[in-house]
Amino acid sequence: MSTEHWLGLITGVLFGLLLQQGRILRYEKQLGAMLLRDMTIFKFMLSAVVVGMIGITLLVQTGQISYSHKALNLGGLLVGGVIFGVGWAMTGFCPGTSVGALAEGRWHAVFAILGMMIGAALFAEIYPTLQSTVLAWKDFGKVGLPELLGISPWVVVVVFAGVSAGAFYLFEKLGL
Amino acid sequence: MEAKNVPWWRPYAAGALLGLVAIASAWATTRWMGKTTYLGASTTFVRAVGFVEQAVAPDHVAQNAYFAKEKVRIEWQFMLIGGVFIGAWIGAVLDGSFRWEAVPPVWRERFGPSVGKRAIAAILGGVLMMIGARLADGCTSGNGLSGLMQLSASGFLVLPVFFGVGVLTAMLLYRRRTSA
Repeated sequence: MSTEHWLGLITGVLFGLLLQQGRILRYEKQLGAMLLRDMTIFKFMLSAVVVGMIGITLLVQTGQISYSHKALNLGGLLVGGVIFGVGWAMTGFCPGTSVGALAEGRWHAVFAILGMMIGAALFAEIYPTLQSTVLAWKDFGKVGLPELLGISPWVVVVVFAGVSAGAFYLFEKLGL
Repeated sequence: MEAKNVPWWRPYAAGALLGLVAIASAWATTRWMGKTTYLGASTTFVRAVGFVEQAVAPDHVAQNAYFAKEKVRIEWQFMLIGGVFIGAWIGAVLDGSFRWEAVPPVWRERFGPSVGKRAIAAILGGVLMMIGARLADGCTSGNGLSGLMQLSASGFLVLPVFFGVGVLTAMLLYRRRTSA
């Protein structure tokens, strides 16, 4: 195994362990969020994002790492986002958590994984058509929100952290 | 109930630690792989099915534009997802939460104990989810976690769509029995 493989594996073990410890792998947690009853997955995700965005912004600004933005492709994001949302609610897993849920013994996650592999195969077949239709609609390129708005990344970080703190307060107050 | 044994701060602490892991990973991939690589999951499913198709129809895979773009090989993210399986398994065994489960309890309460029924919904949902994730060029990990951490415009746009449509769909699926 190469360095790349070891890095992926070690990072993945930590990722899986933390997903499991955060209790967000379960179908009931994912559906709990979508039924607005249990915000565990948002407590986990927003905490990760707030900590992560501070470190990533610092490392990018000191020139140690670079961004790898996804394209702001409106067709892909909006159409893909809607299709993903429907599928997410039907399966009760997202791609990463399905694998972790299987490891927790929730073996029905194999159905979601099987479906996703079929979906990936279908996507590979229709990709050329999508490229000339949905994906060709409006692409603003790989851009960060701060550049798009013409503001400092730290403004976005501070606002995001503030909104997250407010959300956490509400979640705890409402017992979600 | 096991849920009562989990302290309220656990998801926050686990999430914050994942934030640190993501920072360390961005730094380490830059240092040792020459390119900053962020957490993601859905491309691995493309590569996984690419391997399956290669076994049956290698020429078809070789000629496919999308497999050519994403490259059917075991790379960093493929190992990452393998690691997720191992890490989740270690955690579940250590804290005693490992349990064989054929149908999720919440699903059973609403739709009954049929494994077939659950399988059909999960397979169809999985198909949709992956087509959506590949159209959006990332799932809740790549576009959600990693996109937001990098302050990507795409992440801020797509995550509310993922979740908003997820809420609508879940409400429709579960509307008949809404008492918590």
